[in-house]
Amino acid sequence: MTMNSISRSQIYVLDQDEALDFYVGKLGLEVNTDQDLGFMRWLTVNVPGDPEHEILLEKPGPPALDPATAEQVRELLTKGAMGGWLCLTTDDARKTYEDLLAKGVDITDEPTERPYGIDFGIRDPFGNRIRIGQMYPRA
Amino acid sequence: MSRAVEESNRAMLRARDAMDRSYAEPLDVPALARIAHVSEAHFIRTFRATFGETPHRYLQRRRVERAMYLLVQTDQPVTEVCYAVGFGSLGTFSRTFREIVGESPSDYRKRQAAAAGVPSCFTKAWMRPSSAG
Repeated sequence: MTMNSISRSQIYVLDQDEALDFYVGKLGLEVNTDQDLGFMRWLTVNVPGDPEHEILLEKPGPPALDPATAEQVRELLTKGAMGGWLCLTTDDARKTYEDLLAKGVDITDEPTERPYGIDFGIRDPFGNRIRIGQMYPRA
Repeated sequence: MSRAVEESNRAMLRARDAMDRSYAEPLDVPALARIAHVSEAHFIRTFRATFGETPHRYLQRRRVERAMYLLVQTDQPVTEVCYAVGFGSLGTFSRTFREIVGESPSDYRKRQAAAAGVPSCFTKAWMRPSSAG
């Protein structure tokens, strides 16, 4: 038994239209699937040209979560404690940083030289953390 | 009700993010309250209710965490580290550092080895000294 890829991951968002504005409109990701399944809107995005790795933008709520639990999730998310975290790579961290800064994205960490590359941190509109890095080849 | 809590949480998080990003600048409560779009008194009270500590304490400990990082990761003299993380005087820095960490900046530097290269948002979140444990 050998696993060979992380193909889909999930983060919670408070509003899926607003999530599209941010992840597609500002970060430049592509919509992979946007389908109303009746019981939920299945909304996934991927970085351009990489449809094999999808991020599900899921809205917490009933019936999957009871209203009180959904409210707890929303409260934790907005205080940055929900744990949602994405790490994206780029060819040019400083340029990407300038682009996102100009678009008014919330910056949490300026570009920093690290042993593994140059990266910086941003926050999505809901409270999730995103890290964008220009990575050095692994030794 | 719930929307109001979410908006308030997100505004407090925006102010906290500003401290994490701009700790080296002379941040004060009026500036942070403006980022959160609330009055100063409301800001202090709400921040504390949201994150369990006052904004002043959060910022102080962010600065100490960044100092701990620079002490271990760089060869900068203690005085430079003090100003680089936003403290206004060496006296305040040394006293605050010792109060929170339990030893002087130079003793801390001698004792610590550099940690693995993990993203600094994690280092910053997990290495910031907290009274909660």
